[in-house]
Amino acid sequence: MSDSGDSDIAWTLYKDRPEWKDITPVSEDDGPNPVVVIAHSEKFEDVYDYFRAVLKKNEKSERVLQLTKDAVELNPANYTVWQYRRDLLKALGTDLRSELDYVESVIKQSPKNYQVWHHRRVLVEWLQDPTLELELTGDALLQDPKNYHAWQHRQWAIKTFGLFSKEMAFVDNLITEDVRNNSAWNQRYFVVNNHLGWSDLNVQREICYAMEKIKFVKNNESAWNYLRGVLLHDKRGLSGNAVVTSFCEDLYKNKCRSPYLLAFIIDICDEAIKKGELSCFHNPDRAIELCTALATKYDKIRSKYWNYISEKFKIAKNEQEEKEKQQENGDKMDD
Amino acid sequence: MDNLPRCYSDIANEKYDAERVITDTSSDQIDVEAVILNLYKQFEKNAAMDPEMPLLNRNAHTAVLKTWLKGLPKSYECLDASRTWLVYWILHSLWLLNDMPDAETLSHTVQFLSHCQHEEGGYGGGPAQHPHLGTTYAAVNALSIIGTDEAYDSIDRSSLQKFLWTVRDVDGSFALHKGGEQDIRGAYCAISIAKITNTYTDALFDKTAEWIVSCQTYEGGFAGCPGMEAHGGYAFCGLASLALLNRTALCDIDALLRWCVNRQMRVEGGFQGRTNKLVDGCYSFWQGAAFPIISAILSQGNKEIIESVFFNQSALQEYIMVCCQARDGGLIDKPGKFRDIYHTCYTLSGLSVAQHGTGIGDPFVLGSPRNELNRVHPLHNVAPHLVYNAVHYFIRHPPPVKDKN
Ligand SMILES: [Zn+2]
Repeated sequence: MSDSGDSDIAWTLYKDRPEWKDITPVSEDDGPNPVVVIAHSEKFEDVYDYFRAVLKKNEKSERVLQLTKDAVELNPANYTVWQYRRDLLKALGTDLRSELDYVESVIKQSPKNYQVWHHRRVLVEWLQDPTLELELTGDALLQDPKNYHAWQHRQWAIKTFGLFSKEMAFVDNLITEDVRNNSAWNQRYFVVNNHLGWSDLNVQREICYAMEKIKFVKNNESAWNYLRGVLLHDKRGLSGNAVVTSFCEDLYKNKCRSPYLLAFIIDICDEAIKKGELSCFHNPDRAIELCTALATKYDKIRSKYWNYISEKFKIAKNEQEEKEKQQENGDKMDD
Repeated sequence: MDNLPRCYSDIANEKYDAERVITDTSSDQIDVEAVILNLYKQFEKNAAMDPEMPLLNRNAHTAVLKTWLKGLPKSYECLDASRTWLVYWILHSLWLLNDMPDAETLSHTVQFLSHCQHEEGGYGGGPAQHPHLGTTYAAVNALSIIGTDEAYDSIDRSSLQKFLWTVRDVDGSFALHKGGEQDIRGAYCAISIAKITNTYTDALFDKTAEWIVSCQTYEGGFAGCPGMEAHGGYAFCGLASLALLNRTALCDIDALLRWCVNRQMRVEGGFQGRTNKLVDGCYSFWQGAAFPIISAILSQGNKEIIESVFFNQSALQEYIMVCCQARDGGLIDKPGKFRDIYHTCYTLSGLSVAQHGTGIGDPFVLGSPRNELNRVHPLHNVAPHLVYNAVHYFIRHPPPVKDKN
């Protein structure tokens, strides 16, 4: 940060401030033989010497509140400073609205920091007022649509205060913007899972949504994963939904060899075998063939995995044939 | 055969196909691939003349790590609340490289860590900082690596156990510190600390496994908290926690394996942290270490022990050694990024996992045999025998029972 260095001419060190004369600074006690010693700027050392002093004294005052601001600016990841600042806010009865503004400005500077987002959350909990949270996180996601902290705060606010009503439109916008934004897909799942529910109608609608997006970009793992996720809630499972199975077979017929498509058909086969509902499309031989194609051509980086999955199908196939043989023998005995 | 190094033309064939729909995700990916393909092309030319390639620059890494242990430039001010982490990352890296500091330096390190220990139990990120589960995990791991009686005895385990209780919530989850955020890192750090120091009790982790499983997502990986997106760092925390609690049966291991294998990038060879994100050297460990754990779990239900790991060990080693070594020592996230201690530790840890796999059978070391690193325990990211030594020391020396009155 440009304003944290020694070049800051206008800055007066705490040790030179008359209003802090009563405090004896406490320097960091690393012991006689310290390791990982950080070459702090003079300003950093000064601010933290005074922070340690007031922390030890447990002083709760306006001047300490200001001091924690300076300490945070020098290192926004110092959780002790943030925690003490929260203790101060409580003890001093500070206006929490202005604190919201303050933490917003810190979030804008350090949007990928655990402490700032947690501080924001505690303030919103104290105020029991989430009106600004969707806009704040929306802004952060405009800057970085995959910012994990921003999404986590947004989910918390939405779930805690029931702010679901416009979330599907928000998600849809982001997916339209970048169909590969997996965080947006995850948020879509979050909304259905926590708000709309997995009614048969919703399941079918989400399946259609995912299939539309897959038609648009076939090599998009996010959409495939979402489709699989939605089908976890379809009573007919992965293999029993004719819309999905024929969608996959059409893609395959039209020469689509996306590894995600092939992997999906393999999973359909797996389920069909487990349910004992084999067909000419979905059986152990097809699965083994697809595993081989993935291992040797379409998904070579994962060849070990596909060989392992293939082995599982071979074992299942042998067991099946063994069973059929025994059945035949049994039938003969009966004759 | 799965472990042969790839040739350039094969790698170039794996280039990203944006299907004429360019979005932020695809253009970022295409940019990274272009840089990395260039490095692989150059590498193939150089390797043709030198069978020792790729080479791990052990001396450069060791040298910079040793200077870091002494002192760090002003740019590390942002990690002033993570100094026990710095100690752990540096010592673990040096141990991987088999070049530990001398006994005196290690004793000084124990003394420094003692100054980070809080009177209420646990360790802060530096002296006079509140105790925090992350920095406590780092301190306990660092002291286990040092492995002397002085190191073990420096931990106040009675107060440590009290600290663990203060950050536990009724639902079995853990906050990182008193009044702090709550996520799956908290649970993992608490379990790892408690298991190593023999402060574990069933009551302390009641319902924790169930809470962790609620973080497994529809994609198969784990998120930081229920509802969020599957993420490499959190997936490691989730899986390692369940394994330490002996509760892996609660999660969907096939879905987890599917998600994990798909995080390996087909051009780069390294791992991404989330679906449709970019490769990053540190996920070499977070994602990579999940594989030996998964193989061990699958072996339990199997007649045969699964001796291998289900990722491309050679491609990961290529990525780390060709793309992630900073010229003057230290390792990086991806080409174009600056080196730092965190990425040095976790990228090297990932290289070790890529070489040793499950630890059964011979290691597979790409390039010069001198590239071989020491092995790690995938649940703690500390050497297996150092975990064993610490655990047994703490079992032999139970914490003094405090007077209940
Ligand atoms: Zn990283």
